[in-house]
Amino acid sequence: MFTVPTHARLSAVAVLAAASLAACASSDDATEAGSATNVDVAIVDAWTKATDSGMTATFGEITNEGDEAITLIAATTDASSMVELHETSMDDAGGMSMSEKDGGFTIEAGDTLVLEPGGNHIMLMGVTDPIEAGADVPVTLEFEGGGTVEMDTVAKDYTGANEEYVGDKDHGSMEHSGDAGSDEDHSGNDH
Amino acid sequence: MTEPDASSGHGTTRRRLLFGGAAAGLGAAVALTTDRAAAGQAAPVPDTTGINGAVAHLFHGAHQSGIATPVASYASFVALDLNAGINREALRRLMRVLSDDAARLMEGRGALADTEPELATVPAGLTVTFGFGPGFVKRADGPTPAWLAPLPAFGIDDLNEAYSDGDLLLLVSADDQVTVAHAVRMLLKDARSFATLKWRQDGFRRAYGSEVSGTTMRNLFGQVDGTTNPNPGTPTFDKVVWSTDGWMAGGTSLVLRRIRLNLDTWDEVDPTGRSFSVGRDISTGAPLTGSRESDEPDFEATTPAGHTVISPVSHIARSRPVEPHEVIFRRGYNYDVPPSGDGVSESGLLFASYQADPVRQFVPIQRRLDEADLLNTWTTPIGSAVFAIPPGCSAGGYVGETLLA
Ligand code: HEM
Ligand SMILES: [Cu+2]
Repeated sequence: MFTVPTHARLSAVAVLAAASLAACASSDDATEAGSATNVDVAIVDAWTKATDSGMTATFGEITNEGDEAITLIAATTDASSMVELHETSMDDAGGMSMSEKDGGFTIEAGDTLVLEPGGNHIMLMGVTDPIEAGADVPVTLEFEGGGTVEMDTVAKDYTGANEEYVGDKDHGSMEHSGDAGSDEDHSGNDH
Repeated sequence: MTEPDASSGHGTTRRRLLFGGAAAGLGAAVALTTDRAAAGQAAPVPDTTGINGAVAHLFHGAHQSGIATPVASYASFVALDLNAGINREALRRLMRVLSDDAARLMEGRGALADTEPELATVPAGLTVTFGFGPGFVKRADGPTPAWLAPLPAFGIDDLNEAYSDGDLLLLVSADDQVTVAHAVRMLLKDARSFATLKWRQDGFRRAYGSEVSGTTMRNLFGQVDGTTNPNPGTPTFDKVVWSTDGWMAGGTSLVLRRIRLNLDTWDEVDPTGRSFSVGRDISTGAPLTGSRESDEPDFEATTPAGHTVISPVSHIARSRPVEPHEVIFRRGYNYDVPPSGDGVSESGLLFASYQADPVRQFVPIQRRLDEADLLNTWTTPIGSAVFAIPPGCSAGGYVGETLLA
């Protein structure tokens, strides 16, 4: 069921048809890969960590099946009011912390962006309605150039992925997000 | 079936091949097998290829795996009770997740969000079979098959709730216990927010490679157990096992009985008495009126003294179908757990049978055994459960969709 790759390609191409035309018309001599809007991706193993409220994350493998590099610059979902692209790094104390990835994730043609616990991920903040195990959690991926791709994820119970969030002074973690406070604490608007 | 290698002379050929082909590299193995070779027995060929670890069965299909698929060496029967508040919608989420886990694990890859995907790379014939107890079907607001209920009480029973009933069954089986342990844990983790563990019963047969596959198992009484059984892939099997009824069409039922074998009192019985109690020779499994395991028993044959050779209260005389529909498919396992109390062992049978309708097919047999069966002297059912095993699903679907969708 979730073993079948998300058929993002068709919807992406459909969604992007207009954008692609526009881009081509104005960029005969544009050679930068980043300007391409023809997003052609295959997504597998996409899942979202179940949570009652607060912060959680979405993971999965996104392969760029197109001929040019693409850049994932943002994501949105009805499950959360605030979504960021995060990377994870080890802090001085050896603990893992995560922060927003400036400029998003560029995926070269043929490469796969792996979003996984302890690594890069899509951070959902300000979850107010519980994300229950087994629920469908659709996430919209936004690529540079205006292309969007719908990614179907499934919620899974998972006790890992507890990296500290260093987006602002009020540190929280996904684990304790339920009591960590309101949306504003993790809004990350100011970083 | 023809006689095994040893008597046909093929054993010699095989031994030559082993010694010739494998040359000196076998070292210790050769030394160990020399005695057997000298005694004229077939020498074992060690399977060091790892090929059995790679064996994978299909999760998707008309029927769930683990019933008609070849029986593996280890099985864990795990029963869960649903948490309060789990409704039809939640059951759908649960079965979608569990089906996806099972499909991936059976392919030999980690489940989604598997924290130990490395342990999944050796499927070793892994099968995962889901079963629904009456509580599950009720929460699903589904029509409950008339037979989906605890079995009637039998006089021989001494049932313990700790081995009985349950809302959801996970049956995980493979030729490798690491594989089983990992799969069970993965499934239980994903069931954690829906249900709690009620019981877990682990069983085993001979390890893969220890004997020719397809050899009828021996239970811990030493009996050849499983001779008279429908064969998967035959019309008889299909008729006996698969339901054709509503959301259960393509599914079946599981009767799981935990039957304690009192090995301490069985020890006191000599081989003749042991054979007499079953109606089959304890060493070969042949009926007392024949010479080979596959021989048909003759229940009419008499001794010079005028008694039937096969006692009318022997286990096979009592468990034979009286009505033609009283046939079940047995696929049990042994268990052996640390003893409590004085005995040196606590062993028995995880008697597992599959049949389209247990009340029609299983219960009459169990009734007869309850009334009279020499084996009852040494056996006691201490656990009992009935589960509906729904049909399989195709890729993109999930087990239970015929009830929940
Ligand atoms: C108490 C523990 C039991 C032991 C140790 C045991 C053992 C055996 C053995 C050794 C045989 C003969 C070989 C064979 O055909 O497989 C046999 C046959 C059989 N047993 Fe059991 N059994 C037990 C319980 C049961 C129960 C609870 C049932 C079902 C209610 C059952 C049903 C059968 C059937 C249907 C056969 C085949 C009879 C035939 O030849 O047609 N047994 N069992
Ligand atoms: Cu994060």
